[in-house]
Amino acid sequence: MLHLGLLALLLAAHFLLPAYHHGNLARVMVLASYALAYNLLFGYTGLLSLGHALFFAAGMYGMGMGVQHLGLGAGAGLILGIGSGAVVSALVAALALRTSGVAFMIVTLMFAQAGFLAILHFGAWTRGDEGFVLAQAGRTLWGMDLSAPGTRYLAALALFSVCLLLSLALVRAPFGRVLVAIRENEERVRMLGYDTQAHRFAAMVASGTMAAAAGAVYGMLFGYVGATFASVQYSILPLLWVLLGGAGTVLGPFIGTLFMFYLIDLGSGLTTAYMLIAGVVLVGLTLFAPQGIMGEVRRRLWRGLP
Amino acid sequence: MEFGPHLMLATLEGAVTAAVLALTAAGLSLVFGVMRVVNIAHGEFFMLGAVLAWWVTQAVAGPWGFALALVVAPLLVGALAVAADVTILRRLSYDPERTIVATIGLLYILQQLTLMTFGPDARPVVAPFNARIALPWVERGPEGWTLIWPWGLGTTSYKLAVIGAAGAVLAALWLFLARSRAGLVMRATQADREMATAFGVPVERVYALTFGLGAALAALAAVLIVPIQQAHYLMGADPLLLSFIVVIIGGLGSLPGTLLAAVLIGLSDGIISVFFSPTLAKILATLLVALVLVFRPQGLFGARGR
Amino acid sequence: MSLLSVRGLTRDFDGLRAVDGVDLDLAAGEVRALIGPNGAGKTTLVGMIAGRIAPSRGRVILDGRDITRLPAHRRMRLGMAYTFQITSVFTGLSVAENVWLAARRRVRGAGLAQAVRAALARVGLEGRADQVAGDLAYGHQRLLEIAMGLAQRPRLLILDEPTQGLSEGEIAAFQALVRDLAGEVTILLIEHNMAVVMALAERITVMAGGRILAEGTPPEIHANRAVQAAYLGGDDAADC
Repeated sequence: MLHLGLLALLLAAHFLLPAYHHGNLARVMVLASYALAYNLLFGYTGLLSLGHALFFAAGMYGMGMGVQHLGLGAGAGLILGIGSGAVVSALVAALALRTSGVAFMIVTLMFAQAGFLAILHFGAWTRGDEGFVLAQAGRTLWGMDLSAPGTRYLAALALFSVCLLLSLALVRAPFGRVLVAIRENEERVRMLGYDTQAHRFAAMVASGTMAAAAGAVYGMLFGYVGATFASVQYSILPLLWVLLGGAGTVLGPFIGTLFMFYLIDLGSGLTTAYMLIAGVVLVGLTLFAPQGIMGEVRRRLWRGLP
Repeated sequence: MEFGPHLMLATLEGAVTAAVLALTAAGLSLVFGVMRVVNIAHGEFFMLGAVLAWWVTQAVAGPWGFALALVVAPLLVGALAVAADVTILRRLSYDPERTIVATIGLLYILQQLTLMTFGPDARPVVAPFNARIALPWVERGPEGWTLIWPWGLGTTSYKLAVIGAAGAVLAALWLFLARSRAGLVMRATQADREMATAFGVPVERVYALTFGLGAALAALAAVLIVPIQQAHYLMGADPLLLSFIVVIIGGLGSLPGTLLAAVLIGLSDGIISVFFSPTLAKILATLLVALVLVFRPQGLFGARGR
Repeated sequence: MSLLSVRGLTRDFDGLRAVDGVDLDLAAGEVRALIGPNGAGKTTLVGMIAGRIAPSRGRVILDGRDITRLPAHRRMRLGMAYTFQITSVFTGLSVAENVWLAARRRVRGAGLAQAVRAALARVGLEGRADQVAGDLAYGHQRLLEIAMGLAQRPRLLILDEPTQGLSEGEIAAFQALVRDLAGEVTILLIEHNMAVVMALAERITVMAGGRILAEGTPPEIHANRAVQAAYLGGDDAADC
């Protein structure tokens, strides 16, 4: 089907693309995995978090500090990163899900800010604002050097495939269908006998853990762990990617990330103020196309698009 | 300096912060109270006030230039805000979530355009007057309590003027809201939008003016602080965060609560920053906001239970 | 032994007492109508039974078990179903998907599709299974609500003004449906349509001002002076 087709296309691209785009696409795939994670919570459950950078960074720093300070290898580092994400998202979910709507957005924003500031404050361990380069031991998994462009691309593709297929499975499963119903009308679902809070909690933890996985892999593949990835910008970006690509669609996050990446790539060639593009796109989307690209496709061309 | 005078100095500095913060937060609170929207670009209106003040004082030197800036900057920023409301927010029907996303976009647009025109450097603005005022401290001597003048304990005439000016503006704002016809119209719209419409109140116009007034207050606060702080394109982030903290803790939509919270937070931020690390102070403040929203959403002096 | 008992149920809203010390007993298999003027507290009372609203005082007992502290979704799992006064179907989903959500909690696997079909057939919507719920006519959306209630195979079905907005023919179909269910399911319905009430109810509870004004069989209520004064007034020409 469509989604396997995309994965096949990306695999083919591995052999066909020139080096510059090859490297970019690897980056895009990892970031798209982050977007997929965000989409689980925003697109499907209907909860707009402004603090997902906390989970992305939890994965990245969990892995990074494990490698740096505990001497872990890549595999163990990855597990530590994912585990950190799971713990942090469970904690935040337990608190933030007591609120809804605007309050939820602000609470998640605040927790993420606190996380970012904590990374700066505890600079002794995190190297604060500068960040640190990941030791080679953290970039060699099962004998493969993840920093080599070829392996790096395939690793990114592996992560993306897992996240894509997982999202698809989740969305089609009863759990996903209940989430969509909760997004439509929470009280009705509750009065049908479902524990909506438990569903939301599970969705948020799944979303946060997937985001952490993306963060950990990003650090491993591109060799750098830094505070920027915990900043507000990295909370806004997945929102932007998902909105642009189409919230509540499985392909949307990838499309949005790819589009925005190249748009900003072009923009940064012209000016240092490339985030202007992000601003304009955000405003344009909310005004004219809240469904995003795949959302419009779904509306006009193919009703059943997952 | 000993603890006592040091504390007094910290308190004075905190008072200046509190004064400016009260003005900025009042703007945010007004917008939320009347329009029920959260404006993430509020910090950028603040920043624009400072930047415009720099432009004006570059054109017209001396204290007259500054006086001109005090009038021109808030007016221009207010007008810009009105334009943003009419073109963007109104089209979104003030839907809370979509408005937040749109204002995030607006944040990036304003910030990056400023980067492109004003540049990345911090630029100073000269205060219109700046006499040093040494302050006394009491000490127990052999003849009983005497006044001493510790070196380093002092303030400036300008800083005192800032506190006075902020107080005057806030008093005027209170009078405006409580006594004037326009203020009454605003409060009526805040209390019950449908009723206001039924009574022929031009709600959309009220909203546009409120949004403009909120932005103008922030810009005014920035003009007051810019001789102390310097103008920089990223200077909107801190005031945004702090205003948020103040408005949420003081109770969304409650102006007296906002003012009280501004004093509390401005003073404590000043004091904590002097004795501890400013980053730690911010971490605690951010967490406090999140926890207040989770456990006591009506803030400390809450309006209704909403 | 009653299926549902309510003791001293009270609810205050900021100084206004919406429900005042109500006692109620529903026998298993009974069809009970809850009537009363607007503002009598019917929806609030029923909301407290279903778990949507927390009582200020009092207890709710289902089948001998005190469920006062139980959240709504747990009560539904114990065999209650609730249809909303303002139609609350999932407008973005298909008719079948709506019923699927309702039935799924009770049935899994192979039997699920069958249960969905059966519920739809019972209300006459089986031909519209793939239509988007939001596109349905209002009357059909009400029927969908009922189908969702039925799909849960509840022991107690609470219907909040089910015939509101329905045409004559639809009301007749609804009455036939309820008669069909009587005995199988205990039904508590809030209704303003007196013809429906008199035709369907085995017992009627009348509320006014947050309190129970009277309780009895349709003839008893019809003859009750206090009820006539408070509610039926003189201008109800449709009573039988």
